[in-house]
Amino acid sequence: MEHLRPVATGVPDEGTPVAPDLADLLRSAGRGDQQAFAQLYDATCSRVVGLAVRVVRDPAQAEEVAQEAFLEIWRTASRYDPDRGSPLSWLMTITHRKAVDRVRSAEASTRRDQGYHHQNQPVPHDATAEAAHASLEAHRVRHALQSLTAVQREALELAYFGGYTHTEVASLLDLPVGTAKTRIRDGLIRLRDTMGVGS
Amino acid sequence: MSDDIHALSGAYAVDALDDIERAQFERHLAGCETCREEVASLQEASALLAETTMTPPGADLRDRVLAQIATVRPLPPVVPPVAPVGTHAPDGPGTGGTPAPATATAPTSASGTRRLRTLLVAAAAVVAVGVGGTVVAQQPWSDDDTSQAPRLSAVERIQQAADVQTFRHRFPDGAEAVLYRSASLNEAVVVTHDMGPAPEGKVFQTWLQHDDTMVSAGLMPEGPDNVVPLRGDPATADGFGITVEPAGGSVIPSQDPLLVVEFTDA
Repeated sequence: MEHLRPVATGVPDEGTPVAPDLADLLRSAGRGDQQAFAQLYDATCSRVVGLAVRVVRDPAQAEEVAQEAFLEIWRTASRYDPDRGSPLSWLMTITHRKAVDRVRSAEASTRRDQGYHHQNQPVPHDATAEAAHASLEAHRVRHALQSLTAVQREALELAYFGGYTHTEVASLLDLPVGTAKTRIRDGLIRLRDTMGVGS
Repeated sequence: MSDDIHALSGAYAVDALDDIERAQFERHLAGCETCREEVASLQEASALLAETTMTPPGADLRDRVLAQIATVRPLPPVVPPVAPVGTHAPDGPGTGGTPAPATATAPTSASGTRRLRTLLVAAAAVVAVGVGGTVVAQQPWSDDDTSQAPRLSAVERIQQAADVQTFRHRFPDGAEAVLYRSASLNEAVVVTHDMGPAPEGKVFQTWLQHDDTMVSAGLMPEGPDNVVPLRGDPATADGFGITVEPAGGSVIPSQDPLLVVEFTDA
């Protein structure tokens, strides 16, 4: 992807990938700076699309979801509050919500008939700088996920990647209602603490 | 109950609540700093999961996104209100990640949801629903324009959307409510004219219907002529309603609706 432009601000530490400062880009985008938004897109599109594909499954619909998410990010960029979390967390929260809205509204008419496929999809291999950086991070995340119990991981993945509500997760896993939400929360806490995010 | 609410933080952080639970939890969040901090930290953690699923987009997505945003004005930042002037309501909060503190505070009525759903379907046939074409010309919005672009209000933005739908309802007393909805913007706004006041101690509350659930879209300000942006996700909603609720609003409709509209696909 030749339009990926690292931004030369800040001195990257050893091992820290050079990446545009997403908070700066968001701030500029909030003032209507389309170039900054293009940089923001380039720095995050694989994550946004990847999450949308994982939740929605259908690639064409996933791209629609990604487009909706980017539009929402553009419209609400000025409302991003750095005190409330990292830019990436904010972006992925918007994307996830759009993806979940899509699968749930689709299911309102046709309940999902195929069973849940509990497979780990391989990460598509590609050579973009974003992906190269992320593969390191992905490795760390996968490693951190090993610190969760198997049942925590299962509940968390069904909720986050499957787009199921916690009561649906409980039903899928034959758990009493109320158990799934605890596993989701405990799993997230363990992931958070292992990765050292969210202060 | 209070314990239960706290325990929903993880499910909330990964969008694993249904609409009613989410509305309840967001009400709780508005007053619980501990939960707000926990949700924020858990959202940091959940966002990391996306690192494991990266997929390059199709080549033309970038062009589509950038072409689209060029036609959409970013919302202004949320600033503290200076003084209440006029009847224009502020822009609604974004539908995205940060939880919007819910404004409804009244107790819930568990039976209200299903009843309103039934009424909504039943009444949809009799409500005057006109899907009108937009009368506004295509928005001339040029990139290279260095002069001040016109500052569009929420209602203008929706009215000028290519996919705007208009639902007009006239009440027997001559009052009028017009709903403008744009699925592509995921925005809707209600414009009222000559509305009588709500009964003493009551408010008008707006709702969006998602499947069998009515989700509050906010309270209407007092006054006969209002412009009320709806909170929530009008794009995915199946319908819209207005009810009379106790002051402060309700989480679930407690009374029969004054007005219901069933959205048709654009």
